[in-house]
Amino acid sequence: MSVVEMLNVSVMLGGTDVLDDISMHVAEGEFVSILGPSGAGKTTILRLLTGALRQDRGAITCNGRPLAQYQQGFAFMPQRDALLPWCRILDNLTLGLEVQGMARNDARARVLPLLNDFGLTGFEQHYPAQLSGGMRQRAALLRTIVQARPVQLLDEPFGALDALTRTHMQTWFEKRWRTARWTTLLVTHDVREAVALSDRIYVLSRRPAHVIAEVAVPARRPRLGHPTGMDAHGLETHLLDILLNQTGDTP
Amino acid sequence: MQHILPRRPGGGLARSLPAVLSVLSAFLIWEIYVRLSGITPLMLPAPSRVLDQMMLNRAILWNNTVPTLKATLAGFSLSLTVAFGLSIVLDFMPRLRRSLFPIFVVSQTLPLVAIAPLVVLWFGFDLTPKVLLVALVTFFPMLVALVDGYASTDPEIEDLLRSMGASRGIVFRRARLPSAMPYFFAGLRISITYAVVAAIFAEYVGARAGLGIVILNAKNSFRPDLVLAAVMISSALTLLLFAITALLQRVVLRWRDVGDG
Repeated sequence: MSVVEMLNVSVMLGGTDVLDDISMHVAEGEFVSILGPSGAGKTTILRLLTGALRQDRGAITCNGRPLAQYQQGFAFMPQRDALLPWCRILDNLTLGLEVQGMARNDARARVLPLLNDFGLTGFEQHYPAQLSGGMRQRAALLRTIVQARPVQLLDEPFGALDALTRTHMQTWFEKRWRTARWTTLLVTHDVREAVALSDRIYVLSRRPAHVIAEVAVPARRPRLGHPTGMDAHGLETHLLDILLNQTGDTP
Repeated sequence: MQHILPRRPGGGLARSLPAVLSVLSAFLIWEIYVRLSGITPLMLPAPSRVLDQMMLNRAILWNNTVPTLKATLAGFSLSLTVAFGLSIVLDFMPRLRRSLFPIFVVSQTLPLVAIAPLVVLWFGFDLTPKVLLVALVTFFPMLVALVDGYASTDPEIEDLLRSMGASRGIVFRRARLPSAMPYFFAGLRISITYAVVAAIFAEYVGARAGLGIVILNAKNSFRPDLVLAAVMISSALTLLLFAITALLQRVVLRWRDVGDG
């Protein structure tokens, strides 16, 4: 069964159509990416799911229940890490749990065993500004994962990193994901990233966004850390082709 | 991984040495000028004479410093409390903010020279009018700093907290209040420098004791040396309060002193 299901969802913002009849679903343990040009409304989809925005038409369900009755379905990781600069890393990591009412010590007990996997051991008492970009991103990801929500929503989590750090982080992330299998919805405009990490990819058009392609990625994992296979390479070309040759004017 | 360097490699002394030297040389030039020109102390006393008078009259000066300090601290505490409380109310009620803010701006346009005698007239010669005047002068910079500080919160952090299920109150406590702290301290530093001056001015207009009264009496009996002695004490008070806020800021904003600087 699908954990998340969107059916014919449309959104208007300030008089313009942003999302036009979007339908998509994410199954348990599946990694799904939403790929689209910048400003297509990818982030709008995440705002719908986190409850920051309501759809004008259509239905969204999480674990079979309408979203309005089920706000605890998603853990959200914003584009930039959004770590609180005035809190030490450990306090940043427990933030989600504490906001949900967990006592600080219990929250810490949940976080501490995961520090090692996320390469943050020894940095619990540092402030975010003392960490490198990659470490901050790992901390933001751990803060998301530790909330143990059914679905992880990642909004271009590696977009703000330099190319080398990004590749490192993607490789590391794939490895972590292969053992944990978090149900994940990733928003990205990076074709390579989508192909490398996803089970399935939805391609969005320019505004008003609708789904112009749904592509399964059959390539075997792990896909990162060695040269791109021919099938993955062909898929990347195919997706780029769709993105570049969609109907409408040139950007 | 970056190395974490101490922020002040030279230590406190090396950093404050230029400031100390420039103040000392200003006093030195003043002393030399008075001695060479032979100007009468009734016009301009030398700093050495001012210090002498300060020592001679230390009992009187001390007895009059205490009420000034009391008025300053009471007035400042009042305005700090009101500014903080009001800033929170205004943050939760934007409509109220729009209707009240003009009043606060107008309160800052009132000339102290005109308003102080009236406040003394209304509230008498006791502590109350001084406390109110100090509060009136110091309240606005802190309120503006706090309101602007709340508004400076990173919207991405607020979105994140809401996605975790945080209420408006939790968003305020976890994100908006800490975001406002650097702004608040900027406002606090401005306010604190006005506080002592406002207290002295309020005393000058009408009081039983205080540095303002010392200055008034010394002026009336043609004693510029005593006027300047009181002025030096008032400056020292302001500097002391300023130093305390700076110290407090370093504790509260410790997270800003670390990092990739």
